[in-house]
Amino acid sequence: MSVPAIIKIIDLHKSFGNLEVLKGIDVTLGESELVFILGPSGSGKSTLLRCCNRLEQAQRGQILFDGTDILKPDTEINAIRQQIGMVFQSFNLYPHLSVLGNICLALRKVKKFSKKQAREIAFHQLERVGLVDKSDNFPSELSGGQQQRVAIARALALDPKVMLFDEPTSALDPELVGDVLGVMKDLKNSGMTMLVVSHEMRFARSAADRIIFMDGGNIVEEGPPEQMFDNPQHQRTRSFLQQVGY
Amino acid sequence: MDQIIDQFFNFKIMLEAWPIMWRGLMMTLLICAAVIPLGLIGGLLVALAGTSSTTWFRWLVIVYIDLFRAIPPLVLLILIYSGLPFAGIRLSPFTAVCLAFFLNNSAYFGEVYRAGIESIGEGQSEAARSTGLTQIQTMAYVVLPQAVRNVLPDLISNTIEVVKLTSLASVVALPELLYSSDMARSLTYNASPIVMAALLYLIILLPAVRALTRFEQKLAAQ
Amino acid sequence: MSAWERFLHTFFNRDVIIQYLPDIGKGFIVTCELAILVVISGIAMGFILAMVRAYQILPVNLIIVGFVDVLRSLPPLVLVLLFYFGLPNIGVVLSGFVVLWLVLAAVLAAFAEEIIWAGITSINKGQWEAARSTGLGMTQTLVYVILPQAIRMTIPPMTNRTIAITKNTALGTVIGVGEILNQATTAQSFSSNASPLMVGAIVYVLLFVPIVVLGRWIETRFAWKNA
Repeated sequence: MSVPAIIKIIDLHKSFGNLEVLKGIDVTLGESELVFILGPSGSGKSTLLRCCNRLEQAQRGQILFDGTDILKPDTEINAIRQQIGMVFQSFNLYPHLSVLGNICLALRKVKKFSKKQAREIAFHQLERVGLVDKSDNFPSELSGGQQQRVAIARALALDPKVMLFDEPTSALDPELVGDVLGVMKDLKNSGMTMLVVSHEMRFARSAADRIIFMDGGNIVEEGPPEQMFDNPQHQRTRSFLQQVGY
Repeated sequence: MDQIIDQFFNFKIMLEAWPIMWRGLMMTLLICAAVIPLGLIGGLLVALAGTSSTTWFRWLVIVYIDLFRAIPPLVLLILIYSGLPFAGIRLSPFTAVCLAFFLNNSAYFGEVYRAGIESIGEGQSEAARSTGLTQIQTMAYVVLPQAVRNVLPDLISNTIEVVKLTSLASVVALPELLYSSDMARSLTYNASPIVMAALLYLIILLPAVRALTRFEQKLAAQ
Repeated sequence: MSAWERFLHTFFNRDVIIQYLPDIGKGFIVTCELAILVVISGIAMGFILAMVRAYQILPVNLIIVGFVDVLRSLPPLVLVLLFYFGLPNIGVVLSGFVVLWLVLAAVLAAFAEEIIWAGITSINKGQWEAARSTGLGMTQTLVYVILPQAIRMTIPPMTNRTIAITKNTALGTVIGVGEILNQATTAQSFSSNASPLMVGAIVYVLLFVPIVVLGRWIETRFAWKNA
């Protein structure tokens, strides 16, 4: 890769008790790259994503973000987290706050913006995901797809350098998936760096720059989408793609 | 029938007893004003301590909660009021009441808050932490507001119990509503002052109990 | 005497404890008797009230709701004093034991009725309709279909409330019922030593901590099952 790396994961190990779920992972994420992680459930892909935000604590290895190792205990993790946006499978919107309140909370409390500034940013991001008219609604009044778009706006509002997506569409009804993928596609076109765990194969093929296939806590193979889908090198990749019907 | 009215609903005696009853009522309200905030804040601190990541400390909090939920509040009050003087610590009745109720209420309220905090899914704090909020900010802005809302009926019901509990202060001769009415009873050889105290408690608490029932029904209907 | 010895002498005096332990033992039995009586009669009465309420007879329901709300609002000690000192004036003399039993049972009945009623109303209307459509009568539906489902969710709040009210047996000390606290305070004033009080408190802890822990266990178990 010739583009400068934003995230560089080096020999990452993570265990839950005796169960080793990441067995030495190396990934480099270049600027404006969209990297897709595929793999069967239990392959460790979600754990890998959560380690990048230190929601999970890895035991060994390094994750360099802009050259800083975020795994070091003395790293200002809350400062780094603002620059790494995260979108969850189950949205995790705050049910006691309005859409605007959800987006403004970190802007006000972490970035210390004034109320007016925070609202401006929030509206700008809501415009981006097409939900300006829902600003005063509460999460329970929105559809799943709308909630996930608000969650994306909440992460984008902090002006992150990279966005992590943890199965963003798998809790959605099929007819709502398209809106969320559309927002992600727009993001990609605007040059956002993204690391995505998802089962949306068609989206992976059309939007990803690179695809990583994980199984059993290891990276089995990686490459551009055409190669991964049309000519996978490993038996395990082939059987996975067959299983998901691709 | 006349005898019942004369002995329990004697208006003349009630009127005579009114000044002392009024002072008792004020004392009851004063105790409430002291012990309700103490319990609400103490309980919150207990519950927050219970979220510690240190296992033995978490167990210590559970032991505290269960211990003070197990000891009858009157036993605690008498232990503090007439036991501590043997160790040279002599507390005024008011201080003894505040201390005993603090220990008791912080355990009860602590358990309520704890249940509330546990009712909030892990995803909420993960989302908050992923946007850079600190642990304390996450607790204050994301977890607690939802937790308190989830256990609001229990908080209200506990507060009602605390108000009722203040009647125990009469046992250590703190002149609150019940003590005053019992004084008036022993002076007049007539139970009407106690009926009057009961009516005053009803005026304070019956609307609260009714509102709580309504509130719970509304929540259940959702 | 060192400070530690003085502390032991005052709060855990072996001789005093041995002398008064039989009295506190007697108190323990009285507390247990009262507790069992209160729990059984209180919950049984709560059940009956809730079932009667299910028949939706307006005047009857008003009386039940009034009884429940008043007893939930009044401090039990007020009722204890009222009945213990008031009733003799109109020629009704009840022992402290009986007064305490009746008052606490009535208070528990009120709370139990409220909890069971909430359980009954939480059962989906379709359950009533399904049962009635198979020809079951009102009472049969209540007993065989509604209550078995309702009871499960009433267990955690009922346990907590029962513990709280059973602890009120200590109020007996105010009207001379010879329960644990009464025996302990009497022994304290005779011996001029705090040990009996400490023993009394410890006996309460031994009596109620297992029940509180059981209540906690029931709560988590049932919460998990309902999830």
